[in-house]
Amino acid sequence: MSDTRTLDAKGQLLTNDGVPLKESLRKSLRRTKIRSFLLLLAPLLFLLIMFVGPIGSLLSRSVDDMEINRVLPETFAQYELWEDKSILPSEEMFAAVVNDIRATHKLEDSEGNNIGKNLLGKAGTRMTYEYSGWRSLLLKTVKSATKVNKRSKEEVKPYTWEAPYKEKMIKRDKRWGKVEFWQSLGAMKDPYTIGYYLNAVDLRFDANKNVIQKPEHLKIYKTIWMRTLQVSLMVTIFCLILAYPVSYLLATLPMRTSNLLMICVLMPFWTSLLVRIVAWMIMLQQNGVVNDTLVGILPCFEGMVNLPFFGEKNIDLCFSDEDRIPMMYNFTGTIIVMTQVLLPFMILPIYSVMRGIPPSYMKAAQNLGATPTRAFVRVYMPQSIPGIGAGCILVFIVAIGYYITPELVGGKDGLMIGNFVAREMQKTLNWGLAAAMGAILLAAVLILYWAYDRLIGIDNLKMG
Amino acid sequence: MSSSDPLVKFENVQKSYDGEILVVKDFNLDVAQGEFVTMLGPSGSGKTTCLMMLAGFEPTTNGTIYLKNKPINNVPPHKRGIGMVFQNYALFPHMTVAENLAFPLEVRKMGKSEREAKVNRALEMVQLGDFGNRRPMQLSGGQQQRVAVARSLVFDPDLVLMDEPLGALDKNLREQMQYEIKHLHEELGLTVVYVTHDQTEALTMSNRIAVFDDGVVQQCASPEDLYEKPENAFVANFIGENNRLMGSVESIDGDKATVKTDSGDIVIASKVNVNKAGDRATLSLRPERIMVSPAKGKTPNTYSAKVEELIYHGDHIRTRFSVCGHDDFIVKIPNSIDNVGLQEGKEVNIGWMMEDCLALDG
Repeated sequence: MSDTRTLDAKGQLLTNDGVPLKESLRKSLRRTKIRSFLLLLAPLLFLLIMFVGPIGSLLSRSVDDMEINRVLPETFAQYELWEDKSILPSEEMFAAVVNDIRATHKLEDSEGNNIGKNLLGKAGTRMTYEYSGWRSLLLKTVKSATKVNKRSKEEVKPYTWEAPYKEKMIKRDKRWGKVEFWQSLGAMKDPYTIGYYLNAVDLRFDANKNVIQKPEHLKIYKTIWMRTLQVSLMVTIFCLILAYPVSYLLATLPMRTSNLLMICVLMPFWTSLLVRIVAWMIMLQQNGVVNDTLVGILPCFEGMVNLPFFGEKNIDLCFSDEDRIPMMYNFTGTIIVMTQVLLPFMILPIYSVMRGIPPSYMKAAQNLGATPTRAFVRVYMPQSIPGIGAGCILVFIVAIGYYITPELVGGKDGLMIGNFVAREMQKTLNWGLAAAMGAILLAAVLILYWAYDRLIGIDNLKMG
Repeated sequence: MSSSDPLVKFENVQKSYDGEILVVKDFNLDVAQGEFVTMLGPSGSGKTTCLMMLAGFEPTTNGTIYLKNKPINNVPPHKRGIGMVFQNYALFPHMTVAENLAFPLEVRKMGKSEREAKVNRALEMVQLGDFGNRRPMQLSGGQQQRVAVARSLVFDPDLVLMDEPLGALDKNLREQMQYEIKHLHEELGLTVVYVTHDQTEALTMSNRIAVFDDGVVQQCASPEDLYEKPENAFVANFIGENNRLMGSVESIDGDKATVKTDSGDIVIASKVNVNKAGDRATLSLRPERIMVSPAKGKTPNTYSAKVEELIYHGDHIRTRFSVCGHDDFIVKIPNSIDNVGLQEGKEVNIGWMMEDCLALDG
């Protein structure tokens, strides 16, 4: 057969009309490409606005330190010149603080309303994160530094305080004489900071901006992180243990029966989370159904018994009111309720993978001589791994950021990092810290995802 | 066990799933050592159920199955030592080909070196020596098929079962695999019980074929006998192509049955499955045994027929006649110089011998 292809000077393939083949192909595909892009535009925008935007703002807030830099520019400039940071800074630095306060105090927005006082308040809050006491110190000083001489005849009334300021300030509040306050400025002087992240893992900057451990009595988050990890892992494992046999049953039963059972699995999904949690409270609290039942039905036996191998033993088998098990408002409560709440997330992917495993594999394995148990372990289980992986990842990811359940049933030792994020958002208003915690959670989830991809392969993940 | 005893024996086996319908009504079959027996039948006829009972995946409702003279009704599948090739191969997707083959040896606690030797030999046997490290998904359908066969043989089972193993392959590959399995059977002296609904496959490969319909074995015989001497109308119709003329028996004289067709023609036929005058009868005629314009007196049955349609098939011309009140009477006419004069609408005589016309149940 002769070669009927036509080539141009550059050796490119041409169509019958003499147009390069590649260009012709591109033209013929262009319309399809444009159309598919337009179709994708709406979800893309949605993704951008609803997903990329908030996460971006979360990440930027967790490192943003601009505001304090706008309030205290001169102070931070002087801080750079402060040589021996173990002794109090010189008069210039004290003067810089007063100048910054006065400059900020006068600031107005475009409509002529004063925003300076508000900014100074915020700055005080920000400074307190680095060293407690800053807020009251700053606001006290603002009052004195901005007081004007009302009797003056001049058009712009002069401030009552005049340079030098060092002694006046220390006299006004002796905390100005403490070098620790001045040192803590170092952590705030850059427009971007990793201070929130350090804070979230119980670290902080020292005067020379080295990362150091927080003093023991201020360390709170490390235990919370560890507990969050522990709760998530335990909930994932318990969910797996409970979900695997249930999914197997659902997958092997005839469709009719399994659909009926599936409704039972999904029923909690359709019930309000709060209702479920309250139901658990009724079940598990100190005078709840479970404890009452245990006290009521367990036999009471006390006395000496002659046991084989152990000899004479004093046996006390009494379950009285003092023995009631604390299962609510603590770690145990969090684990129990979260396991129940997240169970469907484990069952659904495992079930869907198991449904796809043809029964002939088990038959083949037995036909080849494997006992049913062995066939299950060697042939069935490895094929259900994509479901197990998906279920575990799903449950772990949801669990690690869980908030409402620990809040309601966690008591003191069942709280997780989600509760602290909420606390920073709502109570202390330290959004930077909350954002940093959120970002760490996000990173943990991404690392987990990456590790799963490396170990098992993400295309081996079947959500349903 | 003496050599004349069957390797497998089904004795009065019955099977019902719901307690109302018998899927297998009364199954009796002996399979001798080294035999290739095919269970053939339309879907839902009970053939796969019989195979599953033999493999141990379905309990028999009644009756006994013997393997080497021992009843195996209560032996679990993994202790039966029967190899099996499944319809969709059932190769374990998470294991390589070699691991798949090693699996039956591993559960039998065979040593590693011996295991490897056996696996390699089995792979060589199906010409897949270099494919040990591939996953089943990376193989073509035909290669997967071979792996499945190799896996069912690697542990030297007494008996190999095959459940429509070639169903998923295209026509050419299926034919090729038919010969390969047949050769393996002959070379290794295997005993094979094979299930299919494809009659060509059954005819090509088997020593004996059990034709199933409606839970009952209609006939169990060699391929030649099934084709040449079907015992009833179902078998005649199911195996190969077949013209059927309906009528009733006029008289019976030894092997000879005289049948009057519903159109009123008298046909002389061999008596096979009719008993007395007055019975309804089906006359079965193979399309290749009909003579066109036979010499006068050569055939006892000669009728005038009209050519309705000619279909060119290369080596033969498939001709549709209308004869004896039947307008779908197919004759295969060899494409030879003598037979080119036929045209649609033309009237010719066609005839057949008594031996080629079987009087079966109506």
